Amino acid sequence: MSKVVDARGLSCPQPVIITMDEIKKQISGEIIILVDTDTARENVGRAADSQGWQVKNIQNKDDGYQITIIKA
Amino acid sequence: MIQIKNIFGTRWGIISVGGLIGLLGVILQKLGNPGNMGICVACFERDIAGAIGLHRTAVVQYIRPEIIGFVLGSLIAAYIFKEFRPRTGSSPVVRFMLGVFAMIGALVFLGCPWRALLRLSAGDGNAIFGMGGLIAGIWIGTLFLKNGFNLGRTSKTHTSAGWLMPLTMLGLLILMVIFPQVKGEAENGILFYSLKGPGANHAPLVISLTAGLAIGFLAQRSRFCTMGAFRDLILFRQIHLFSGLLALLVFAFIGNLVAGQFHPGFAGQPVAHTMQIWNFGGMMLAGLAFVLAGGCPGRQLFLAGEGDGDAAIFVFGMIVGAAFSHNFALASSPKGVGPHGIAAVIIGLILCLFIGFTMRKNNT
Repeated sequence: MSKVVDARGLSCPQPVIITMDEIKKQISGEIIILVDTDTARENVGRAADSQGWQVKNIQNKDDGYQITIIKA
Repeated sequence: MIQIKNIFGTRWGIISVGGLIGLLGVILQKLGNPGNMGICVACFERDIAGAIGLHRTAVVQYIRPEIIGFVLGSLIAAYIFKEFRPRTGSSPVVRFMLGVFAMIGALVFLGCPWRALLRLSAGDGNAIFGMGGLIAGIWIGTLFLKNGFNLGRTSKTHTSAGWLMPLTMLGLLILMVIFPQVKGEAENGILFYSLKGPGANHAPLVISLTAGLAIGFLAQRSRFCTMGAFRDLILFRQIHLFSGLLALLVFAFIGNLVAGQFHPGFAGQPVAHTMQIWNFGGMMLAGLAFVLAGGCPGRQLFLAGEGDGDAAIFVFGMIVGAAFSHNFALASSPKGVGPHGIAAVIIGLILCLFIGFTMRKNNT
């Protein structure tokens, strides 16, 4: 079961901060992040990338996005 | 799986947008805007406050079309790329107060971060202290962010609510058409127009508005933010936004050299003073308020254009803050800080610390 980080409605840079917190907790695996702005979508993707995680999938979900990031 | 390619969201995207803002700043000054003030979000919102009579400082009254363009350009980009998301509800009253004191701090220094960069690029050494203060304020803000500072979540709202700031800007533009500037007259209808001072210096309306629209459009796409530049560098060691800020500085510097607007020194710089402690202190207050509110003044305008009602409240806070600044003699002038400017900066810093220490929320 992947961990879900709900960053919907949070302003900059909170989505990145809570994503990073989760990345630090998990050495590898899969994390799902929910965001509701395009800025947050881009920022989360960039942050994951900088930590060696890969954006596996971005889906539209409830007026926002569900971002899945993975690290093998 | 959706793949949305946003070319302005790339490194080169943000660099080209930063560079363009720097160059347009230089060009707008060449075409009539005040010295080292081709673009200044704080100063221009202050001029708008004066133009509609919220303060009566005769030298800074003009509805700046650049500000109107920033909001409407962002609105257009947000609609074209389906990013208009009406939202509000994340501690609006706190954001209003942060806007008020961000403006008070910025007007003690005499400029927003954009103008601080433009001043620096034109050789104004006093801006070094302003930039130092800005970075110090942002650094303090990042400590609060690390410790869980959070103003709460926004929620989706009516589309029409997201339109209120763009409509307000459209209204200001209509007022300028109904009551245009009349040569030699300080008033026309309900609008005030400066006859001398910075408020009297402006590029032609159409050029200012077009430049504003272009910047608003591109900044919405690239998420350009000067506060975010330093914040992300300090918090995450990320240089994405910072590369845009550097591009602004470098291109404005080159532009100023070419345009003959580079005059290095400290004394006698246009619309600036040499009381360095308060250049630093004013921008420290502004920087801290920007971090707590999540964006520099420019970014708040672009967010307001894409439907963020909380950013709109911050902008209204800044406009009201400008009125306080001039009505209560808080704002600086080339002679130095205003009689009550120092007290206001101290009160603002205490308020920001109070907000930072007390407003934490569990995210999960």
